Amino acid sequence: MSDMAQYHSVSTRLSKKERITYSALRLVISTAVILGLWQIVVVAFQMPSFILPSPIAVLDRLGTRYDVLLKHTWVTAQEILLGLGLGLTMGLLFALMMLMFQPLKRWLLPILIASQAIPVFAIAPVMMLWLGYGIASKVVIAAIIIFFPVTTCCYDGLRNTPIGYLDLAKTMGASKWQLLRHIQFPAALPTLASGIRVAVVIAPIGAVVGEWVGSSEGLGYLMLQANARMIIDEMFAALFILAVLSITLYFTTDIVLKKAIPWENK
Amino acid sequence: MCVNSIGIKIRHGNLQFRGSSASTLAGVNMTIPAKQWTVLLGRSGSGKTTILRYLAGLLDDQVEWQGEIEVSGNDVSAENIVLHDHIAYMAQQDLLLPWLNVLDNVCLSSRFSSVAPNKEQDKQRALSLLEQVGLADNAYMTPAQLSGGMRQRVALARTLMQDKPLVLMDEPFSALDAVTRHKLQTLSVSLLKGKTLVLITHDPQEAVRLADQLYVLQGTPAQAQQLDVPESSPPRKLDAECAALQQAILDQLEKDYE
Repeated sequence: MSDMAQYHSVSTRLSKKERITYSALRLVISTAVILGLWQIVVVAFQMPSFILPSPIAVLDRLGTRYDVLLKHTWVTAQEILLGLGLGLTMGLLFALMMLMFQPLKRWLLPILIASQAIPVFAIAPVMMLWLGYGIASKVVIAAIIIFFPVTTCCYDGLRNTPIGYLDLAKTMGASKWQLLRHIQFPAALPTLASGIRVAVVIAPIGAVVGEWVGSSEGLGYLMLQANARMIIDEMFAALFILAVLSITLYFTTDIVLKKAIPWENK
Repeated sequence: MCVNSIGIKIRHGNLQFRGSSASTLAGVNMTIPAKQWTVLLGRSGSGKTTILRYLAGLLDDQVEWQGEIEVSGNDVSAENIVLHDHIAYMAQQDLLLPWLNVLDNVCLSSRFSSVAPNKEQDKQRALSLLEQVGLADNAYMTPAQLSGGMRQRVALARTLMQDKPLVLMDEPFSALDAVTRHKLQTLSVSLLKGKTLVLITHDPQEAVRLADQLYVLQGTPAQAQQLDVPESSPPRKLDAECAALQQAILDQLEKDYE
């Protein structure tokens, strides 16, 4: 029996290792294929470099201008992370308030829905006006854009605790706050995690839109500047970094959440 | 106040959910003697879970209750016993929290305790209870790593950890296979000795095997009818007498469908 168990655990460990290797391999191959196709298109159709620069030119630009690109990347990364922090905190607090104070829900829910009815791009100029050209306005725009998915996920998760868990804890004499802390909150974590995954994907949109509307630094700003000055390979370099940034952020979050909430998919 | 044993008498119990036009229970008379197994048998929807949940204090803000519940304890101050403080509850699902390991699940009630828990002492007691249910080696596993029968044994250990004089069980064995169920019934009887048990089930065999007192809940609104059980002490071997009783129960329950 124990031999069997050992065999089993070894085989799952192997297959897990293989899974990671294969997915890394797939990533490398698909990236290479896309870059290859891109290069072929540029060569075959003799694309002018101000319409579509070749990947080689873009990589070259990445190499020569890395200091400038890095500086602007740092600004955008800060905006995204701070926006995530603010939006997640607000969403969580909002959901908790709606849960704990039922009458408040009737007041807060319309505000929440209204916050979605106004397109976030439309409030970007207002945020610029109030919070200035600096980082604050982008942080707030990113926070607003993720606020809705985070709040709804969190609220749904907290509200839909399996009734049996609540019954059990109540018969053990748990108070309202103990229920929240020991039962409802941990039970909501898997739902909250999907909210966080969505937030991580869309927060960069908020930050870049904010930079487009008005800023003096950041990758969005750099793209507009490069576009206006027809330095298209630099624009593509910024775009490339933005994509890498978002993808890295997503996968890091995914791994952290999977580690933190191992019961999520069971 | 230390309460070692609890018995309950229900007289003329009427129970109606708020917002519902019909009573769920009507004229229920029932005696739940201390330190014995009282089994409530009935079909799904017969109101047996409702009685149990009411006794557990889970329906207080949802139902209107009329009738008398007399709680008798082992000492003079029995009149002041608050029933809800002296129960442990075990459900059909094991209700193990997936984010806690087995040991922490067994110790769950100490998180809600009003007195500061003695962690080391609790841990030792929980480990010895896990040993009694045969899961000493699984204390640090997660519930997801255990089989259904093992999970329900952890739930039993958690119930024992609470050490309450009254244990309410809502079909705790019904999701298990026949052999596992049989073993767990025997284990529960031996480990829960000295406690007052209320077990609800829809399985006549389980009822016959475990009951000191047997009630059948029937009709709408439901009423409780007491049946005689064999004189041998539970857990019983299933002999001819038990089989006859089982048949009688099934005949009785079938009347509901007519």
